[in-house]
Amino acid sequence: MRWHPLEIVFWLCTLLPFVLAPSYLGLASQIAITALFALSLDLILGYAGIVSLGHAAFFGMGAYSAGLLAKHYWSEPLSGLLVSAVLAGLLGYLLSHIVVRFRHLALIMLTMGFGLLLHEAANSASALTGGADGLQGFKVQSVLGFRFDMFGRTAYAYSLVVLFLCFLMTRRIIHSPFGLALRGIRENATRMPAIGAPNLAHLRKAYTIAAVIAGIAGALLTHTTSTVSLETLSFGRSADVLVILILGGAGRLYGGIIGAIIYMVARDQFSGANPQYWYFWIGLLLVAVVMFLPNGILGGLSKFFARKT
Amino acid sequence: MKKLILAAAIAASFPAFAQQTVKIGMPLTLSGQFADAANQMLAGARTYMRMHGDTVAGRKIELITKDVGGPAPDVAKRLSQELVVRDNVDILAGYVLTPNAMAAGDVSAEAKKFMVVMNAATSVVITKSPYMIRTSVTLPQVMETFGTWAATKGNIKQTYTMVTDYGPGHDSENAFQSAFKAAGGTVVGSVRFPVANPDFSAFVQRAKDLGPQSIFVFIPGGAQPAALGKAFAERGIDKQKTRILGSGETTAEAALKSMGDTALDIITAWHYDYTSSNPLNVKFVKEYNAVANGRNPDFFSIGGYDGMHAIYETLKKTNGKTDADTMIAAAKGLRWESPRGPMMIDPDTRDVVQNVYIRRVQKVGNELVNVVFDTVPMVKDPAGERRKQAAAKK
Amino acid sequence: MLSSLAGVLFDGFAYGMLLFLLSVGLSVTLGMMNFVNLAHYGFALVGGYAMVTLVNRFGWSFLAALPLVFLVAAAVSVVLERTLFRRFYRATDLDQCLFTIGIAFISIAVFSWFYTSEPQSVPAPFPRDKPLSALGMNFGQYRTFLIVCGLGVTALLMLLIERTRFGAQVRAAVDNQRMARGLGIDVDRAFMLTFALGGGLAGLGGALAIEIIGLEPSFALSYLLVYILIVVAVGGLGSIGGSFVAAVVLGVTDTAGKYYFPWLGSFVIYLVMVGLLMWRPLGLFGKR
Repeated sequence: MRWHPLEIVFWLCTLLPFVLAPSYLGLASQIAITALFALSLDLILGYAGIVSLGHAAFFGMGAYSAGLLAKHYWSEPLSGLLVSAVLAGLLGYLLSHIVVRFRHLALIMLTMGFGLLLHEAANSASALTGGADGLQGFKVQSVLGFRFDMFGRTAYAYSLVVLFLCFLMTRRIIHSPFGLALRGIRENATRMPAIGAPNLAHLRKAYTIAAVIAGIAGALLTHTTSTVSLETLSFGRSADVLVILILGGAGRLYGGIIGAIIYMVARDQFSGANPQYWYFWIGLLLVAVVMFLPNGILGGLSKFFARKT
Repeated sequence: MKKLILAAAIAASFPAFAQQTVKIGMPLTLSGQFADAANQMLAGARTYMRMHGDTVAGRKIELITKDVGGPAPDVAKRLSQELVVRDNVDILAGYVLTPNAMAAGDVSAEAKKFMVVMNAATSVVITKSPYMIRTSVTLPQVMETFGTWAATKGNIKQTYTMVTDYGPGHDSENAFQSAFKAAGGTVVGSVRFPVANPDFSAFVQRAKDLGPQSIFVFIPGGAQPAALGKAFAERGIDKQKTRILGSGETTAEAALKSMGDTALDIITAWHYDYTSSNPLNVKFVKEYNAVANGRNPDFFSIGGYDGMHAIYETLKKTNGKTDADTMIAAAKGLRWESPRGPMMIDPDTRDVVQNVYIRRVQKVGNELVNVVFDTVPMVKDPAGERRKQAAAKK
Repeated sequence: MLSSLAGVLFDGFAYGMLLFLLSVGLSVTLGMMNFVNLAHYGFALVGGYAMVTLVNRFGWSFLAALPLVFLVAAAVSVVLERTLFRRFYRATDLDQCLFTIGIAFISIAVFSWFYTSEPQSVPAPFPRDKPLSALGMNFGQYRTFLIVCGLGVTALLMLLIERTRFGAQVRAAVDNQRMARGLGIDVDRAFMLTFALGGGLAGLGGALAIEIIGLEPSFALSYLLVYILIVVAVGGLGSIGGSFVAAVVLGVTDTAGKYYFPWLGSFVIYLVMVGLLMWRPLGLFGKR
């Protein structure tokens, strides 16, 4: 699948913060992590049509796995990443059997319900998870010999590399026959089995892969900040990533990444300028985007460019 | 001789600092569920600056606030780091919630910045950085004292505990129960409410069924205390037969207003109430009303106020020097009279030492007031003391 | 034992009535126009703050203020619907989501600005320490009032829907919008009025909730949105009866769960929701 020149420019630009904004690398690494999380949601929402309001379950699963591993004396990040990915994927696989059988509002509510249940469970199991105070008593010092420093250089490099690798993988999946089948299912779920594509199996696979990627994103957060809290499993986080994906434009591969950049930079700037009432400006941004750029930023832009040619 | 050289060195470096501002970075939960706490804390800090000017030891004081949004240690850590790296703050302060304070403690330790925790009340927080002091309260400090008081002077032999199912709730439950039992009382049962619990009637009914001599309650501020108080009234809990013991948040101003007369005779233990007739407090409340559009201060406010006081006094002692080692050395053992009463920063643990007041809700004039009827003076954080002893044994 | 069961059922039923008032509007507008209005609870905030202003600032009595609160919230709904929301009826579900979340954020900021973050309260509408006695048990006066209100509203709504022409139009539009338009029904007008009704009821719910839950700008985000969504989904879109049953089930289960299994806390509600939806994905009374 050929690379559009704009894509190459985009990825080169992700290196710019190192030079242009060295004091913002902490924010940049959290944007990269959120972008990865949004990308994982895009796989099931944008491509397979599964609207989930509980995707943070996998993010949090990955985050806590990484944290617990680090707490019990195994703080090497890369292997931690693998373990978290596997555990999150396992959870995704298990839940997928239920989730893929439902559509519309029931699907949304079920995913939300599972997310809320996991959040409650983590709160109750406070002996294991630290409960509302968060997981304490661990520190991830370095990755591949690079210390996680106060400026966030290592954090951003690490998050960016993992984001890019997962992006490559997702891109591959989208353009494969499996990816095309997913889009087919999204467009017309009744017709697909008629042409030989097993709906439910495909959807389960997509859901599991999305869970794996979300888990990786969660683990990245744990590694780069040496903190884990219940917030990683919260309904707020699930809702945020959904908003971010819709903002960027679902089903367009880059939507989650663009959405994450715009939303988080906007939030940072608004809350810096007006810490008590920034909700107002963010709300205004969302309303403006919907009014002028239907189908998200990328959707609106593509319409704009299509009209030109 | 050493002192002379030190003084000369400081005097020599003084002109370099004379015009520089001291920047205080405050990551606070200015939006979301805990916004009110953060707003009150900020108002308390600003009231102090209004009363004492914004210049100390020849340097101007500047507050830089950031919004953490809620319990989000990753965001709190990043914002603290950015304040250090981007805004070049000299001091980190604020921190309403424990997970946020813990995460920021790492930053304070690594970047070597003086840090003032103005609210987060879990005992362990103070251990996260050697440059941290606390000017609010710790839960064991109040709850263990209350437990001991209840079983001894309070003449209460039995209790049923009801707390919210989260960190501070668990801490309070442990602290109160252990001290109560150690002083001879029995705990007949306990329950934990889910965090965002709007309706307490079921829980109160359970408690009533057991008929205990007292019920100990710990719930966070906001709308919940009132909801609980109303549940007590509706379920017909007779406060003469079943004493209700709570933390100060249970009978905060908004809660009392909302509970009305159903709050009468609730006994609480806390470190501050805005109705105190201490002259320093009367003045503080008056100035606070001017800063906060007529609102009265609460314990979040006094944490902010005393936090600023600690900063000011420390800066006076260090003559304006803001490096962490100098500041923490000056801050240790600091003693002063606050609107809440006498206070001290413990020279060993760097934690807050203060009076714990036992109060009862009574009608004074036409208003409901927490009236102090007993005081336990200068209480040190018991959990901190236990840590100290454990470390000494090694 | 039995009296505590009755107490739990009573409290749960009252709580359910509150949830019903807060959710019924969303269920009907969602079922009727497929319009995802996540800002719905914003109308509850409008109602709550209107009540606080009328009672605390202008000295009205709680009961007298209730009808006005309903009208204020309904008016705000209509204004928003006519000016903003109707542009998005043809938009995708996701865009509607984003838009209404944006409105929700704006409303939270606006209320924080005007009323600060301080939790609000009103003087108790009924004496709290004088419960009503019946059958040897105590029933709180306010909760009794809540139940009476809830049942009254339900009865009125059912009358409206079943017996009036307006109700017939609404039912037609919910069942098949295109057909209804084809038959000459002014669906837009029907929708506007339904929207107003739903918003007004949410406002009423918000005002009634002050005494039970309290009021502050972010109180909606904490748990109300989740509970409202649960009622709507479990009840079935577009069904008033469904919302009623779901709200009662939710209220009673939540209260009973907390009484009999307090260590499970919120688990009970979520488990019940998941179970009910898996059994009946369209909701208990849903059609589509």
